[in-house]
Amino acid sequence: MARLAQPTPTDPQDGLRLEIVGLTKQFGALRALDDVSIKVPAGSFHALLGENGAGKSTLVKCLVGYYKPDAGHIVIDEGEASIASPKDADAAGIGMVYQHFTLVPSMTVAENLVVSGGTLPGLINWRRERERLKGLLATLPFAIDLDARCAHLSAGEKQKIEIVKQLYLRRRLLILDEPTSVLTPAEAKQLLGYVQELTRTGRLTAIMITHKFSEVTAFADTVSVLRRGRCVRSGAVADLSVAELGEAMVGAPVAASTGRRQRATCARPELRLSLRDVTVAGDHGPAAVSGLSLDVFAGEIVGIAGVSGNGQKELVEALMGQRACSGVVTVDGEAFGGTRAEIARHQIYGLPQEPLKNASVPDLSLAENMALRNYDQAPLRRGIFLDRRAMARQAENFVTEFRVKASGLGAKMATLSGGNVQRAVLARELSHPVRVLIASNPTFGLDFVACQETHARILATRNQGAGVLLLSEDLDELLELVDRIAVISEGRIVYTVAAETAEKAELGRHMAGG
Amino acid sequence: MSATATSPPASGGLALGRAAYAVLLPVAAILVAAAAFAIFVALYGRNPVEVFTTIYLGGFASTFAWQNTLSRAAPLILAGLAVAIPARAGMIIIGGEGALAFGGLAAAATYLALPAPPLVVQAAMMFAAVLTGGLLIGLAGWLRQYRGINETISSLLLSYLALAVFHQLVEGPLRDPGSLDKPATAPLAPEVMLPAIPGTDIHIGLAISIAVALLAFAFIRYTVWGFTLRVVGGSAKVGRMIGLPVNRWITGAAFAGGAMAGLAGAVEVAAVQGTASSSLIAGYGTSGILVAFLSRQSPLAIIPVAILMGGLQASGSLLQRRLDLPDASILVFQGLLFVAVLVADALGQSFRDKNGGGR
Repeated sequence: MARLAQPTPTDPQDGLRLEIVGLTKQFGALRALDDVSIKVPAGSFHALLGENGAGKSTLVKCLVGYYKPDAGHIVIDEGEASIASPKDADAAGIGMVYQHFTLVPSMTVAENLVVSGGTLPGLINWRRERERLKGLLATLPFAIDLDARCAHLSAGEKQKIEIVKQLYLRRRLLILDEPTSVLTPAEAKQLLGYVQELTRTGRLTAIMITHKFSEVTAFADTVSVLRRGRCVRSGAVADLSVAELGEAMVGAPVAASTGRRQRATCARPELRLSLRDVTVAGDHGPAAVSGLSLDVFAGEIVGIAGVSGNGQKELVEALMGQRACSGVVTVDGEAFGGTRAEIARHQIYGLPQEPLKNASVPDLSLAENMALRNYDQAPLRRGIFLDRRAMARQAENFVTEFRVKASGLGAKMATLSGGNVQRAVLARELSHPVRVLIASNPTFGLDFVACQETHARILATRNQGAGVLLLSEDLDELLELVDRIAVISEGRIVYTVAAETAEKAELGRHMAGG
Repeated sequence: MSATATSPPASGGLALGRAAYAVLLPVAAILVAAAAFAIFVALYGRNPVEVFTTIYLGGFASTFAWQNTLSRAAPLILAGLAVAIPARAGMIIIGGEGALAFGGLAAAATYLALPAPPLVVQAAMMFAAVLTGGLLIGLAGWLRQYRGINETISSLLLSYLALAVFHQLVEGPLRDPGSLDKPATAPLAPEVMLPAIPGTDIHIGLAISIAVALLAFAFIRYTVWGFTLRVVGGSAKVGRMIGLPVNRWITGAAFAGGAMAGLAGAVEVAAVQGTASSSLIAGYGTSGILVAFLSRQSPLAIIPVAILMGGLQASGSLLQRRLDLPDASILVFQGLLFVAVLVADALGQSFRDKNGGGR
């Protein structure tokens, strides 16, 4: 009851001043945070920008006490704060709002708020609790209905309650982790408007992790851009253009040829994969891909660049037949619907990200997983039967050729390491003639060696004349591999350029929707 | 390409460990359940040793006991398959009881509607039962794939619906006016009844059940389609990626499961009961869930497990007569078994997760 008794809404607390000084965090060989210093004035709305893996999550996890930084310190208001555990963060008034909701759907708003305190007395004096809540609500710039059941609230309303909950718990610094990712644009605008108002009135200081530049420019006061663990840009939003932010996020506008391998072009004017007005529904309401058109020719790799969450995942799932889509997809000039016969005829294969989850059956064996593409064709199929010996022979060849390490051909796929799962999938997808290859973040989460192998295989496939569509959130990976880059933003292709003439700054600007 | 990549070591140890696990866990579960049951009967004032001896005598000790046991095993095998086949496609179906009753009803109704030579009638009865049971559970699969409704819940509710329809028809339009104390359909003519296995008193339904289980095993293990079923059950997402019509496969697996239960109903009507009456609703469908889980959804293991379970159920009346234990004591044992098997499954799962199941 101790903590619950504390909130006295007649005495609204103020946002705190935060200063991060020289924060460094090392994970094995990876330096996730490298001497990061950021100042967040009291009552300001600060945005944290960066690509996946730039270090944003590590930074906020240090702030809320999940990680202990290796070097550097955190200053709250005027004194140095030691945040060694989430409890310390709680005591310092730092709270976090996650992408996904932490409300009990079957309970009312008031019940959810009261429960959030954690320690409850045996009997709750509801009249007194309601008085308290009403006092708190009176100080807010917006209204909420205490008796609404959370299950009936829209996603935007729920996120609003999450913020009120933080105020109820007397939090003074709010960290929002991509708070709008499950909201419609209108809801997102409203929600960030509330946060903005709360910071303007000095009730709160807020830090928002985001991918969306439009949210930064419309709502934040100050912004920091992280790239590969370093804070590469920091300042008032008013002083920075979207182009500058985009450039900072994807790296300095050095010549695009960095790391790019010299190689002969082998593109032929032979259309392999063609998308016309493809629209794919998202998980939450609005279409994730809307009216997208794109061509991939034989012998070229077309890269799709974009900030994550702009429709890439949905596009790949639609092309792999895992999600319904409208529009016209043709392969070799014939309509493609993703049936097994069409896949076999057009030789269209895929390398999804997280291959254990998206390209293998974890409970089947290595040999069985390697046979998924051709188990229903000779020599693996004999009449109505499966020839296990032929299956084992094929797997043995694959294992040797692709150097897959496993305890045996009968080992379940789930017991293999990430790199070996990837090698097994590469073997299955690329050992047959390939006319079209669709790869989506194919090196995500892989170690260096497996990354290099994957890249080499994709290039070899291209050199043999396949049309390759490569989606990646890693711009450097794209620039190294592809022949042509298309930028996707909000489910549309907004910019297309040949890789030789691509400029990172320009790409970054388009990725940012500028 | 890399320094770390080497050729794979010979297979062996891990696979063996897994196989041993698949056998050891259910056995351990049976022992734990037996111990709990021993405590239960001891609290009831009976000697557990005597109780287990009686179960053995009633289920397995004499030709008569074996005949009783095997007659009960026949529907249990099919009811077990009704759970195990959809389970291979990733579904947990518990509506076997209703599908079994529906199948029995369809068989009885077909007999009433079709005046034809016995062999034709028998075939038509089986066909009607397979179709009816299949459609009932197939609907649960369809609802899951196309409407996002949980198949466990929907199959259970559909089962209740089927039982209600069964009672309605058996006590109404299809009732034989001659069935006075217990509403039933008109009894089958003796020549339509399924014969006994030559040289025994066991009806031929047992042979049918075992044949179907062996076929199901061979289908899943050896055919291209069985492999497809396992892929779809293992990961619908990957099934779609490699171009399989996942929704149709899963609906089809549910249909096949329901068909098994329906067939069990037809065998009960055509070989044992001779009519469709409430005697058909004897808990076979529910026991089938236990059989399938104890067999770890393997059609081959279902045969011995169903026989074991049949023996257990056959000994119920002897327990009552000899030791004055309630008939339902066997249900207590079954319930304990089920809980023990579920716990063993959960334990096995967490053990696998800890030992390199995930990464």
